[in-house]
Amino acid sequence: MHMADALLSPAVGATMWAGSLAALGYASKKLKETIDNKTIPLMGVMGAFIFAAQMINFTIPGTGSSGHLGGGMILAIMLGPYAAFLVLASVLTVQALFFADGGLLALGCNIWNLGIYPCFLAYPLIYKPIAGKGTSTRRLSIAAIVSALIALQLGAFSVVLETLLSGKSELPLDTFLLLMQPIHLAIGLVEGFVTAGIISYVQSARPEFLESNITSRPHAAGTPVKNILIVFAIITVITGGALSWFASTHPDGLEWSIEKITRKGELAQQTQGIAAALRKVQEKTAFLPDYNFPSTSPAAGKDGKPASWPQIEPGTSVAGIVGSAIVLGLIMLIGFGIKTFKKRQS
Amino acid sequence: MAFDEQYYNIGYLDRLSYADTFVHRLDPRIKLITSLLFLFTVISFPKYEVAALFPFFLFPAILLTAGEIPLWFIVKKVAIVSPFAIFIGIFNPLLDTAPVAVLPALTVAAGWFSFASILLKFILTVSTALLLIATTSFPTVCHALRQLGMPSLFVSQLLFLYRYIFVLAEETMRIVRARDMRSFGRKGTDVKVFVRIMGVLFLRTVERAERIYFAMLARGFQGDMPTGKHYSIATRDMIFAGSVVVCLFVFRFYPVSEILGRFFQELFL
Repeated sequence: MHMADALLSPAVGATMWAGSLAALGYASKKLKETIDNKTIPLMGVMGAFIFAAQMINFTIPGTGSSGHLGGGMILAIMLGPYAAFLVLASVLTVQALFFADGGLLALGCNIWNLGIYPCFLAYPLIYKPIAGKGTSTRRLSIAAIVSALIALQLGAFSVVLETLLSGKSELPLDTFLLLMQPIHLAIGLVEGFVTAGIISYVQSARPEFLESNITSRPHAAGTPVKNILIVFAIITVITGGALSWFASTHPDGLEWSIEKITRKGELAQQTQGIAAALRKVQEKTAFLPDYNFPSTSPAAGKDGKPASWPQIEPGTSVAGIVGSAIVLGLIMLIGFGIKTFKKRQS
Repeated sequence: MAFDEQYYNIGYLDRLSYADTFVHRLDPRIKLITSLLFLFTVISFPKYEVAALFPFFLFPAILLTAGEIPLWFIVKKVAIVSPFAIFIGIFNPLLDTAPVAVLPALTVAAGWFSFASILLKFILTVSTALLLIATTSFPTVCHALRQLGMPSLFVSQLLFLYRYIFVLAEETMRIVRARDMRSFGRKGTDVKVFVRIMGVLFLRTVERAERIYFAMLARGFQGDMPTGKHYSIATRDMIFAGSVVVCLFVFRFYPVSEILGRFFQELFL
């Protein structure tokens, strides 16, 4: 499931972008060392293949509903983790731009949720150990199903965490988890079975493809675990750095994040980081100081829900409604103006 | 069929992006950076903010009209992807029931405000992202990304992917049509057939990649896709960027809607 811009806070969006960009840079660097030029067109066409795969829907047995392929695990298995990560990131970028799936700010989250887990966690730590040397079809299938399932569960879990940390949704952690995890358990199972099916088909039709993939690629055959740990160390440092930057203006960053999850200090988020910095400028520059800016007082978050809503006088909100209508009208006027101007020109 | 439509949409967006208007002629880097800045500003609003978000519609409205992009197309695409945001947001009014007085006689749950805020942010961010690609061709965006320091391997990956989406989509369309004609009702569309189709498509794809590689070798491919075009930032780009930044700043820090509303209230009431 794709994360959406509208549910994100700037801090979470930026942090996830930092993590994903670091992983992208690392994967490209790693890939440059081992790649032969032949892989470059293969990666490109495989990305298009994932698109094609998502365009074919199929009926899920027993339910009658239709499903699509996500494709993270199949890429990791066929191309190795680094190439697969780049391909997945490119697929997600195109989806964000052309299908508006997710969004540009949420792209960092989506690359993380749908790319990092299958390529750098599920593939080396689950798929490789179970699949072994890759000769037994049964082991390959089990490995594909289990790893696809776990990768998707981790992805869904991250969507929940990112949404909660952003604080735009009211859903409590447990309800949200109950909504997300079981759905993705079903999706993951289907995904796993399809992945396993495609692999065993390829193995029976062109066994040399899988074999050459498993034996000839140094990053797939060697000991990738060490490299992966390094990637994770780097990502953790960057993510931690970014997070602490956001949290440092608050006396206790950890307490803050726990409060967030338990929904106690709902607007505490606004007291640090970018929002706070922006608000300081705002307070300095406000030429109409009697306006009610929502949640300007840091104390508002402390005593829970009732205070988290800024005391709005009816007068202010009437002004808000009238003003919004006027602004929309003005924008439409500007739009029509440009349009008629263009028509007259041509 | 949903699939045909999706395919048609990429082609349509692609065609729109090669038009020649003021917006299309802007430097792609400037467009990318201002769009990201816009998204960031919109997202940075607190969760109950509604009125202050309306002025931001100015940015997509200008891109839309000056870029000559049909409104219905953007509206339709935004509507197609809206379920996730609505699904998550709809719980807000149910869970956050603190009463808020909107008008002297009207009180609603605070959750409705955060829900409306999510929806507005959703429309703003999604339409801007779509308009960015509708006014900037995808290869141009890729070159902008490369110039902004994205790894060149990733940029070539994007370019390759984009080129072959169209080729594979057409092939897939033929396969799907053949499958649908052979399956009456839903009998032939189960997972087993799907897996077979995917397997075949996968092998065809791999073989195609080999042919592409040989063709590229014959044309002197050495592992990188060089750009033919060079972009330079002109005065109009700077003016555009400057005015966007100023607008964003004003809209972020001054409650424009409220100020206008008060002004009119005092004028007429």
